[in-house]
Amino acid sequence: MTFQHYRQEVLALTMRWVRRLSREKFSMLFTLVQPMLFWLIFFGSLFQRAANIQILEAPNYMSFLAGGVVVMTVLNNGLAGGVDLLFDKENGFLERMMSTPIHRSSVILSRYLFVMAITGMQILVILSIAFIFGVRLETGLPGIAVILVIGMLFGVGLTAISMALAFSVKSHGDFFSMLGFLSLPMIFLSSALVPLSAMPGWMQAVAMVNPMTWVIDAVRPLIITGWNAALPRVGMAFVILAIFDAVCLYGGAKAFRRAIG
Amino acid sequence: MMDPAVVIDVARLGKTFGPVTAVEDLSFTVRAGEIFGLLGPNGAGKSTTLRMLITVLPPSTGTATVLGHDIVAEADTVRSLIGYVPQERAVDRFLTGREHLELLGGLYHLSRTETNARIDELLKLVNLEEHADRVAKTYSGGMKRKLDIACGLLPNPKIVFLDEPTLGLDVQSRLRIWDYIRQLRENGITIVMTTNYLEEADQLCDRLAIIDGGAIRVIGSPLELKTGLGGDSLSVTIKEYETDKLPRLREGVMSLPLIRDVRLNPTGLDILVESPEKSLPAVIEVAQRVDCSLDGIEYHRPRLDDVFVAHTGHGLRGGTPDAVEE
Repeated sequence: MTFQHYRQEVLALTMRWVRRLSREKFSMLFTLVQPMLFWLIFFGSLFQRAANIQILEAPNYMSFLAGGVVVMTVLNNGLAGGVDLLFDKENGFLERMMSTPIHRSSVILSRYLFVMAITGMQILVILSIAFIFGVRLETGLPGIAVILVIGMLFGVGLTAISMALAFSVKSHGDFFSMLGFLSLPMIFLSSALVPLSAMPGWMQAVAMVNPMTWVIDAVRPLIITGWNAALPRVGMAFVILAIFDAVCLYGGAKAFRRAIG
Repeated sequence: MMDPAVVIDVARLGKTFGPVTAVEDLSFTVRAGEIFGLLGPNGAGKSTTLRMLITVLPPSTGTATVLGHDIVAEADTVRSLIGYVPQERAVDRFLTGREHLELLGGLYHLSRTETNARIDELLKLVNLEEHADRVAKTYSGGMKRKLDIACGLLPNPKIVFLDEPTLGLDVQSRLRIWDYIRQLRENGITIVMTTNYLEEADQLCDRLAIIDGGAIRVIGSPLELKTGLGGDSLSVTIKEYETDKLPRLREGVMSLPLIRDVRLNPTGLDILVESPEKSLPAVIEVAQRVDCSLDGIEYHRPRLDDVFVAHTGHGLRGGTPDAVEE
């Protein structure tokens, strides 16, 4: 196994994901547009007047929400990251790939590269749309870079969870019900839509152990407050994400080994 | 030293899934250039055996070598030498035929020029040239199968493993797939295939192992297996009022050449023969000589069905090879 071979495999596999996406133009458009249209524009406009600016500590609801929508996009892409491998497992394509002389990890790596690239692009689109609606990033372009890095780090763990599920479940029905079970509570029991201070006590407690809250609390000040408020939060998010990713990658690797051998 | 003609050597191979034993104590060899079949009903352990040989499923007990390489310790080498055509239509609906082959070219570490040359060759072989640039979701079942086969041949393998190659195909497509498989053998490629179609095993395989309940029941060429059951036979039925002439008829038949055994039954004789073509007229002649009127003569040649029943104690399945699957 040489590096050239590994690169060739990963490239060929990544190319497959890109080609698939290009064949599903409608679905691509929908996935890309859905978070900003539904959450950022509709939800943001809807709650503009209902939201209390004092509690939000933000100039308006949409700028408060932008950070949450960015992280929600990372969440959804990450949790859906294993779906294609699930179908590959079910229709025998995975076995075909595993019967070739590839390093077992190249399938996983190709999936990561693809999911991360899509997520990165979506984050940029969301921030651009928010800009059009008047949300000005307090930390400027370097802030965007930090947001991308945080998003990628969170995405690594989430995609690992998704792939672990894909390799472990008996049927894709189980997979999708577990995804549904995971994703909405992760959003509502976090600071994505309202700040923790506006939550009832028990919800605050739950949201505090949700890694999503910590990620949002690092992204949001980068958008609405500035470096001074953001830096300690960003540091905290890195620590939490290091632990989160380590746990998820360990579990994912175990599930993968059990399924592939 | 291993016999150079042996390309696969399986020794006491077994696989358990938790408490369930899928296959147990399998031993067989596959020789260079032959079509070797694993015949058995669904759930017999054929696919499990195949998946161990192509290194995607680690065995629980025993060992096997493919072209001299251990399927566990040297899995990567084995993978680079073999081709695999899975049972499911393992195609990506959103990729074109050509893109499937390009992807596999990357996974087998072929150069771009090598891959393209190979793709042209294979598309021609399976007659998919015109459809190569259409996405696979527009393909018919037979076309997907052809693409599957082309994918299995892409690495230019020495051995190709096919899992139920004609499962669920219509008759024409099945015959065409058989032709491809024979063509591969002519090019010196060894074929290992699973099937639960008796006719397919009979027509296509040089040798086969009948596998049932996770164990091999018998191994041999279709002809050997059928002759093993006693060969061809003639059943003579005589008119009811002629039963008193039966002993003389029997005597006359027994004196004929090429007769292996003659047994009396209530309405006539069961005659085991070397060649029914030669014995049939001779038997009729004897009947005329002893003036015995016949009601009928039935000619029976053992089929693979009989072999299967004799070795497993039950039929492969109720229906014929064309019975609907799934």
